[in-house]
Parts: sequence; structure tokens; C-alpha cells
Amino acid sequence: MSERLQPLSSLDGKPPGTTSWDGSITEAGTEMRSYYGRPIIKEPTWTWEIPTYFFTGGLAGASAVLSSAARVTGNDTLARRALYVGAVADLVSPLLLISDLGRPERFHHMLRVVKVTSPMNLGSWVLLVSGGASTTAAALQLLGKWKPLRIAASALAALAGPPLATYTGVLIADTAVPVWHEGRHELPWIFGASAVASAGAAASIVVPPENAGPARRIAVAGVLAEGALMQAMELRLGKVGEVYHEGEAGKLSRAAKGLAVAGAALLARRGRKSRTSAVLAGALVCAGELCLRWSVFKAGFQSARDPKYVVESQRERIAQDGTKATTRPGDSPASPSRGA
Amino acid sequence: MSVLEQAAAHPDGWETYGDEQKERVGFFTDTSVCIGCKACEVACKDWNLIPEDGRVWTGESYDHTSQLGANTWRHVAFVEQRKPLLTKGTDRAELGVDAGGDGGTGLRWLMESDVCKHCTHAACLDVCPTGSLFRTEFGTVVVQQDICNGCGYCVPACPFGVLDKRHLEATTDPPPAFLGRKEDGRVWKCTLCYDRLKGGHEPACAKACPTKSIQFGPLEELRERADARLAKLDAEGWNGARLYGRDPDDGVGGFGAFFLLLDEPEVYGLPPDPVVTTRDLPEMWGNMLAAAGTLLAGVAALTLLGGRR
Repeated sequence: MSERLQPLSSLDGKPPGTTSWDGSITEAGTEMRSYYGRPIIKEPTWTWEIPTYFFTGGLAGASAVLSSAARVTGNDTLARRALYVGAVADLVSPLLLISDLGRPERFHHMLRVVKVTSPMNLGSWVLLVSGGASTTAAALQLLGKWKPLRIAASALAALAGPPLATYTGVLIADTAVPVWHEGRHELPWIFGASAVASAGAAASIVVPPENAGPARRIAVAGVLAEGALMQAMELRLGKVGEVYHEGEAGKLSRAAKGLAVAGAALLARRGRKSRTSAVLAGALVCAGELCLRWSVFKAGFQSARDPKYVVESQRERIAQDGTKATTRPGDSPASPSRGA
Repeated sequence: MSVLEQAAAHPDGWETYGDEQKERVGFFTDTSVCIGCKACEVACKDWNLIPEDGRVWTGESYDHTSQLGANTWRHVAFVEQRKPLLTKGTDRAELGVDAGGDGGTGLRWLMESDVCKHCTHAACLDVCPTGSLFRTEFGTVVVQQDICNGCGYCVPACPFGVLDKRHLEATTDPPPAFLGRKEDGRVWKCTLCYDRLKGGHEPACAKACPTKSIQFGPLEELRERADARLAKLDAEGWNGARLYGRDPDDGVGGFGAFFLLLDEPEVYGLPPDPVVTTRDLPEMWGNMLAAAGTLLAGVAALTLLGGRR
């Protein structure tokens, strides 16, 4: 890319980078036209806290559901410990989000409006409800007090959990980043499956095998579902999806698959018999799910950075549907009264 | 039909001003008369007190600002091409234009002063979780700096890459000392000189433009002027002349700041078919609800239908 500067002395009288006096500089050396290879859209400004939150938020949401379901079956050990896992994840999540803000002291501005067009705004409200409910339930569980309130709080956390685990998929899909926006059909499902896998895996670590059957089952199911959904998304994405095989996103994506599949296989084979195996397998699946969130996150940066993804996906759309963005001479101009 | 899919006629939120609503204004940037003087860049920086963000030699024609961002709200793009300025078959002598219009070099030099598009359907405004981004009474889109908490959602939401977070030290309203952070951390972009509009003045860039490449005015009037200009350039045989963002039926409902270009948009670093991402949001919420419901049902089923072991 021409962003890298070259010293004048090395140019030897010739223009640098993509420049060529022989033709359009924007055409030289590239299959598509761009402005010196520069990005058209901006990369997100989000840092490490955000993909980490995708993991912790998903873990919190799915753990709350697992806890309540286990309570219904009378599996109190699983219910209690999944509740604690969810509450801790729910406590860490807002700290991560606040830390990522350019102005952390203004975090509460997220809650000065309710806005359905902003997944981040609605997500903040969901996190507030989920976090408030799960930490309340966990505190009451620890204290052993006010059982009816604890049950109500657990139920509320279980209801807020699924939206918490899936809205982050909408959050990133609702951008101009091609690999995220074009993946909008699958991303909430992938994030939901990943959340389920991590909640099952985390519970498999902290719950003795004789009580962890449901945790192991949802961990394995989550890993399988997420693998199938990732394949479906890549099929739909076509060329835009190639970032999942390149650079950091590619490495993380391969790591995610390897770790999650290895962990799920170990959990299915030996998780019931050996606590050590269950702990190791749970850790592998959790690491895999964290890598998955990171690979999706990094894929967005790679997709935003290279203008070809923006231009080619839009050119494809134009070839199918035409465009109103440009008006050529002779095009009948839209009626003037339609505007402002 | 959802709120998001309603007719493209009006900017979202503009109609809520009632008696205080003003005529929608914008820019028509006619690149065919831009001379690349960068007076707009300078006037914008000066009026809006935008901090200096480093000077680099890019080797990309005369362009050393490279892109719009937190500290560049007008950016002049320079494109050097071996393409005729005029198309074949034009009687140039009759028009009083020299052969090819290129002084015999075979080159044409395109210049375009880029700016925030102030979209009719603005993704930045839609996704902003704090309500910091808002629609003004003039139909423009502005960031309220006392509200922005630097979440950065608008940055990848903008289909033009206009907004960015400012990482330079804050010049006004610094973060509290206990955080130990000095950087501004908020998102900044063109305000279409909201303060000047309030005072009845035109934006600084349009005021400074010596060739009227940047024209400011009521959007409806600008669209008519642009149509006439395009017809004139077409009659003169200008190569590649087109309007960009003029049509209220495009993916963002028409730009509040639109352009006359002489080549494809991507040549200037602009997206060929920008779409407001929130157009697909109702569908995305539907996907999410289905996924959330499946998660709830799936975890419940796998827990209830099976042993504890």
C-alpha cells in the first residue's frame, strides 16, 4: 500500500508506490480502481476489550439460562455454580466496555436514551438488566436469603440472557464493514452458539462430572452448531469472506476450530468419567470460543482496511440492481420535489 | 413498512423541529472547477479550531492529508490520469477549448474536495447509542461534543469513512485527571459549520472557495443547479461527468452534500453504491430474536431432556 512512505532519494526520479505516469495512477498495478489503495471506510476504533466482552457477555447470557434450567430439574449444584459463573461474567462485562470508551467517565450517557436503531444502546439496557438480575440472584444465593426474590432475579436473568448473548452479532452486522454486514443473517446465531458452548464448557470446569451432564451436552452442541453456522456464513459471503482465511483473522479462525473441536471431543469422550479431563476440555472449548470472537473481530478490521471488499461487493450489487448513487447525463433526474 | 423503510423524502428527525425547522441546506461540490488550492481545508481547520495532526509527505500527487477523519473535515483528493479531459467527437475549437484540454500533456488532473455527506438517512446518527449525533433544524448531522463518550460505533457504521476518534490531546473539555488519560477520545466530523449557520453565515469552506467549486445553499436549489451544470458539461463533451449523491432514491436517501465527479466514485476513494446499514436492521433484529429464542429453547431442552450425568 502506498501509505508506507519512501525516501525521496530511493525514487530515482520516478513517482512512488502505485503512481505511474503511463496511465491512470489509480489503475496502475491493481485490478480495481481505488484512491491510492486507501480504505474507503474506517476501521473500528475498538480495542481488545470488545472481543473479550463478546465472550464474557455470551458466557453470562447462556450461563443464566443454563442455571435456571438446571434449577428446574433439581440439579442445584449446577444451578448454583452456573449462576456464579454468569454473575462474574456479568460483572466483568461492563468494566470491559467502559474501559474501551474514549471517555469512560461518560459511560452513563449510554442510558440517557432508548433507541431501537442503535444495537449498542439496546445492548447496554439488556446488559444492565441481565447484570443487575444475575448479580442480585448470585448474592442472594451466597447469603441464602429471600428465596422468592432470588428465583425472580434468576428468571429475569434467564430471560435477558439470550438477547445478551446474541445482540452483539447484530451490533457488528449493523455497520458498513462488508464481512460483518454481509454476515448479518448468521452472526447472531454464531454468537449465540458460541455463547452456549462457552457456558457449557465453563460449567464443566467448575461442576463435578456427576452433576455436569447438561453442561457437557450444551458445550458439544454449541461447538457443532457454531461450526456449521460458520461454514454457512462463509458460503454466503463468497469472496468477501476470504478474510477468514487470511492474516490474523485466519490464524484465529483456525485456532478457534482446533481448540473448540478438540475440547468438545475430549468432553464427550472422557468428561463424564474424569474431572481432570473435564476441566482440560472445558478450558480448551473456552479458549476456542474466545478465539472465535477474536477472529470475527479481526476479520472486520481486515475487511474495512482493503477497499476492494467495499468496491467489489457494491459493484456486484450495482451489476444486479443498478445504482441511484450516480446520475449520468441523460439519466432522468429524480423529480426535484422529492428531495428536501 | 418500518420506520426505517419509509420514503426517502426527508431526513430522519428533521421534521420534529416544528416551527423551528429551517430549510434543508447542503453543499454541491463541483469538482470540474476545483483547482486544488486547499483553501477549504485551511478555512475549515481554522474556523473549527481543529488541531494539527502531523505532516507527512505521501507522494500521492499534491495530497498530504490523505483522508477525512477526526482532524480533517475537508479533504482535497488529487488524481492524475492519462485520460482525455474531453471525449472524442467534440468540436473543441468551436467551444474555445484547447486540444484535449490538457495543454498537450495527455494528462488530466482531477481534484475533489471531500466532506461529510450529511446523509438523508445517516447510519452514524442511527447507531449512536447516546444521542450525541443529532439532526439539526437545517437537516444536517452534528456530533454534540458534551455528550459523545467515544464508543466509536459511528466510525465503522459510516459508509464513507467520514468519522473518526480523536487521539490527540484534548484542547477543550479534557477528561478528568483521575483517569490518567490525556487524549480527547471523542468522535469528530464536519458540522456543516452549525455555529455559522445559526448566525446566518455560509460554512467556512464554501466562503473560502475561490472558484465556487464548493457551493452552499438550500439543497433543492443546489440540485437544480447541479442538473443544469451536468447538462452543460455533457454538451461540452467532458469525459465522465456525473453527479454523485444527488438522487434522493439512492442507498442513503440522497446526500446533503453531493458532488459532480469526472470519473467513477471509487477513483476518488468514494463508495460506488453506499447504503445506510440500518436499512437492514429490522431484518437483523428478526434474526437475533430467532437466534435468542432458539438458544433459550435449545439449552432448556438439552438440560431437561437428559440425565444429570
